[in-house]
Amino acid sequence: MNDQETPSTSPSRRDFLYGTGAAAAATAVTGLAVAETPAAEVQPAGATPASGPGALKVTLNVNGREVQANLEPRVTLLDALRNYLDVTGCKRVCDRATCGACTVTLDGKVVYACTVLAIEAQGKQIRTAESLFNEGKPDAVPAAFVRADAQQCGFCTPGFVVAMKTVLQDNPQATPAQIEKGLQGNICRCGTYEQMRDAIYALCNQKRT
Amino acid sequence: MKNFTYYRPTTAEQAVALLEARFGNTEMLAGGTDLLSLQKDYIAQPARVVSLNGIAGLNTITIGQRSVTIGAGVTLAAIAGHVQLSRLFPALASAAGEIGGPQIRNMGTLGGNLCQRNRCWYFRDEHSPCLLRGGNRCSAIEGENKYHAIFTANHRCVIASPSTLATGLIALGASAEILGPQNRRRTVELAKFYRAPAAANEREHTLAANELITSVTIPVRGLTNAAYEVRQKQSSDWPIVQCAVAFSAGRNGEKATGVRIVLSHVAPTPMIAEAAGRAVENRAITAVAATAAGRAAAEGAKPLSQNGYKVRLVEVAVKRALMIAAGLPRYWEA
Repeated sequence: MNDQETPSTSPSRRDFLYGTGAAAAATAVTGLAVAETPAAEVQPAGATPASGPGALKVTLNVNGREVQANLEPRVTLLDALRNYLDVTGCKRVCDRATCGACTVTLDGKVVYACTVLAIEAQGKQIRTAESLFNEGKPDAVPAAFVRADAQQCGFCTPGFVVAMKTVLQDNPQATPAQIEKGLQGNICRCGTYEQMRDAIYALCNQKRT
Repeated sequence: MKNFTYYRPTTAEQAVALLEARFGNTEMLAGGTDLLSLQKDYIAQPARVVSLNGIAGLNTITIGQRSVTIGAGVTLAAIAGHVQLSRLFPALASAAGEIGGPQIRNMGTLGGNLCQRNRCWYFRDEHSPCLLRGGNRCSAIEGENKYHAIFTANHRCVIASPSTLATGLIALGASAEILGPQNRRRTVELAKFYRAPAAANEREHTLAANELITSVTIPVRGLTNAAYEVRQKQSSDWPIVQCAVAFSAGRNGEKATGVRIVLSHVAPTPMIAEAAGRAVENRAITAVAATAAGRAAAEGAKPLSQNGYKVRLVEVAVKRALMIAAGLPRYWEA
């Protein structure tokens, strides 16, 4: 997806030519000027309201704070967070619901923010990696990552810590194997999995054998 | 991604009223795990997106004496984690737990899994000729086809059916409840739900563009059932071959009857392997019988240039699915 795309609220050249042609034809037949009709669809009474395609006000609850942005319906939660709300912990890597760098929680469940529309995340509690730092102090999970040196380039780390924290929140007694299962949806291309395993065992107060 | 007008109806009837008679201009959005990627790649370019996520009542699981009904909006994680579903229908619940990773399972829905588009890389590349995007030829037949169909006779498009839930549901005799325009409701057996598409405006299923699956009903018949996937990776991918089996009795040396063996990822649609079912019908399920069923399942395969290896994997998947269902030792697990 290209961030630089022209918003489709402005008519394309093709639409413009179609429009003027139709208006000219109507004028020729009736002899009257045709008022410009809005691009939005005509809605019968009682029908489901339409949103967009232009930008509309979207309210999101991010790490406990209500924030607003004017977003087109196509804007993903990831792009809303990073490009409109300056919440840059979640990373855009594959942008295809595969790598997990964009992992955030919605109402306590991990999701790929790249594949949720921002407009659909309204009314839900969104938590990003930023929520794992309080007053500059890292939560136990990112702290374990630091101690185990469980990163190389670090781009996947925010997604991994969110996924790992979620497993431990759901089950504080989770075993290392259960935590690893919770990381199935995240990929580290540097291959720091062994150090992440060290971090996991430390979090479970277990010695790696 | 092309921009679109977004609708969020609150009832299934309102959602159907927003759909159109032809595919393409309007798409339904549930978990979004397939649709958004297709939109980003400009394979789907809907001008209107109808979200199903505001509809209450699409995400309930009802366990009855004779049947179980699962709403189309129930997430894969909810299916995988449901204790009774796991006990009654391991072929379904275990497959749900194998899909993607936790994020995909939290997002993806039953209806979306059943109606997802195929994974052919030529279909998903806007620059490659593809019959399903209005092209005049299939690029996979002469191209890179290691993950494509091996049962290719009479197919001009050689996609592999992508759903891993359909397989178990077909084995269990499940049906989809479908809502169409003017409140028309119909029920279709999932065994008859799929079709092999070969042109633009044809999908992998027989749902009309203005119809919506509202739920899936599985009869409770006490069938022994299981599914097995041959995978390249432990997670985050589709299987290479998947098999689901269901039959009456067949455990502890009893003879199995009413055997239904279903394969996925080997043909453009999920496929009932009738010869394989006959091979073990009225027989005790043993490793030897399961091996014979696997051989029978692979008969008739016509693999492409790069996927002959999948023929052998069909034999393996059928054998292991039968052995899991029958409670035999899983010799392949260390």
